[in-house]
Amino acid sequence: MKPFTKLVTASAMALGLAAPAIAQDDPLQVSFVYVGSVGDLGWTYEHDRARLALEEHFGDAVETTYVENVPEGADAERVLTQMALSGADLIFTTSFGYMDPTNAVAERFPNVMFEHATGYRRDHPNVSTYSARFYEGRAVMGHIAGQMTESNIVGYIGSYPIPEVIRGINSAYLHAREVNPDIEFRIVWAYTWFDPAVEADAAQALIDQGADVIMQHTDSTAPMTVMEEAGAIGFGQASDMYQFAPEPRVSSIIDDWAPYYIARTQAVMDGTWESTDTWDGIGPGMVGIGEMTDAIPEEIRASAQDMVDAIASGEYHPFTGPINRQDGSEWLAEGEVAEDGTLLGMDFYVEGLTGDVPN
Amino acid sequence: MFGIDPITLIVALVTVSTPVLLAAVGELVVEKTGVLNLGVEGMMITGAVMGFVVAVDTGSPTLGFLAGMASGAALALIFGLLTQLLLSNQVATGLALTLFGLGLSALLGVGYPGLTPPAVADPFPDALSDLPVVGPILFGHSLVIYLSVLLVAVVWYVLGHTRAGLIIRAVGENHDAAHALGYKVIRIRLMAILFGGACAGLGGAFLSVVRVQNWVEGMTAGAGWIALALVVFASWKPWRALLGAYLFGGVTALQLRLQAAGVDVPVEILSMSPYVVTIIVLVIMSSDRSRAALNAPAALGKVFHATG
Repeated sequence: MKPFTKLVTASAMALGLAAPAIAQDDPLQVSFVYVGSVGDLGWTYEHDRARLALEEHFGDAVETTYVENVPEGADAERVLTQMALSGADLIFTTSFGYMDPTNAVAERFPNVMFEHATGYRRDHPNVSTYSARFYEGRAVMGHIAGQMTESNIVGYIGSYPIPEVIRGINSAYLHAREVNPDIEFRIVWAYTWFDPAVEADAAQALIDQGADVIMQHTDSTAPMTVMEEAGAIGFGQASDMYQFAPEPRVSSIIDDWAPYYIARTQAVMDGTWESTDTWDGIGPGMVGIGEMTDAIPEEIRASAQDMVDAIASGEYHPFTGPINRQDGSEWLAEGEVAEDGTLLGMDFYVEGLTGDVPN
Repeated sequence: MFGIDPITLIVALVTVSTPVLLAAVGELVVEKTGVLNLGVEGMMITGAVMGFVVAVDTGSPTLGFLAGMASGAALALIFGLLTQLLLSNQVATGLALTLFGLGLSALLGVGYPGLTPPAVADPFPDALSDLPVVGPILFGHSLVIYLSVLLVAVVWYVLGHTRAGLIIRAVGENHDAAHALGYKVIRIRLMAILFGGACAGLGGAFLSVVRVQNWVEGMTAGAGWIALALVVFASWKPWRALLGAYLFGGVTALQLRLQAAGVDVPVEILSMSPYVVTIIVLVIMSSDRSRAALNAPAALGKVFHATG
């Protein structure tokens, strides 16, 4: 037999045997696909921490593998196919752009479970989606920012004008204005998730325009360095960024994926896994608020903590009416709470924000 | 204008421009000797990672800058040996050097993202940099920025007004004639290539140690290619390279400030404007072939093989 045909036959056999070969005492193989490097100290870093937590939790019962820096697109499909072929039982694809590859590969490997972060397509019964309600954390950061600013100008570094980012801006603004009616938001779109040079320049531009509190929805720590030099303050994004505490990092929004990853892995082990759509926030612990440092006055820390608790218990929703759209038309009536559908597709600013949402 | 402070704008544009300027001046000298090194991006990023690693590990930014220069030059040496001694194709070798540099830097930088490099001391006392208007513009920068301007002046003087410059240009215009006159074409070109590598490496180290103060894979994000375009834009004249670099940096710094000031302009267009300006300038330059060709080194990119 020629080597090539041998290889093909071997793969075919592996494929055919994959399903029945899973015995109870074999370690469950869980694979992860990352869009960045595990050392980015932001988005991918947190996914990898959750992977390590998973290993710690299950010990020898699971075996994890990961591939980092996988471009969104055809490469992702290759990597996913390779993972499925080499015996993965559960695969987490941790970026929005993996949506189509995940569903395409899931169709070909019905016995492998797929979990796609921040997407909405679940074309096959073996695909689940999950995301976090980052806007809940933004509300708390806005509450702090509104009271901490002396210039009444808050700078905001946006990545791309997509609903997730716009939701964050609206949430932060509403809660900053609630405590400081004179607040003004200056928004700079960086058009990147991760480019430290651009992020640093954007932070500098905002500081030069008078901002003394900066919020970022990009993943590098470069803006922190700029804030440190200029004496401005900001918040850790996606990860704690605690190395910049107590100032400029006065608090942070942390993505904690570990509980979800552990629960889903357990479900596969128990045979109870099914396709679901998860959107969790502070309550279930998917969104964490990093330690508020002494740079924030005691009473602000206390009121921020009250807000965290109220959101966690479900007593308070950050988008509770009355809220008007930017053009003055009514979005939410008094006491009305935003529906998830509207939030997921949010493409407008709330009243008081200046400038247009780029499209 | 639009509530933008021109002083901070100028300070920002100089910082943004310096990495590109350093790389462009180095490449300008290389091209003046008739060699086209497309590996600028690779040399820059290697300089960025080595500069950062050494600055963090030793606590000395100066050593970091030297390491950045040395690593850029080391990468350039590979290019020099391949193209000058083994007579490989310059375009292909340069592209390979960029790919190699990107990969190598990712490997060397493992474990370093998120660390903070030591602060770089300002060369002038606070009394000077606190002066109104001229203080921040003239005295508020890091030493490398003054060096970059000095470098432009030196390159301009050497190329145009010294015997060494004459030899460099002779090699770049007609290597056979220079060889016949007894000049060591290969040695001169190798030296220029090393100089170009050191400049690109310093530009990279400035980017990671001073401007961003962070190491991230692929952080040069195309700055090396802009440096290459700048050399053509400048029609191989050092002061024009400075002008071009500041123009590019100015557009980048201005677009972020316009956004921050809330000026209602289309953001996407602003974001791509530095690149569009570069392309437009290149198109204008090349629309009149005779003018662009007038100043291009005649032997640019040609392989030299000493016969006899």
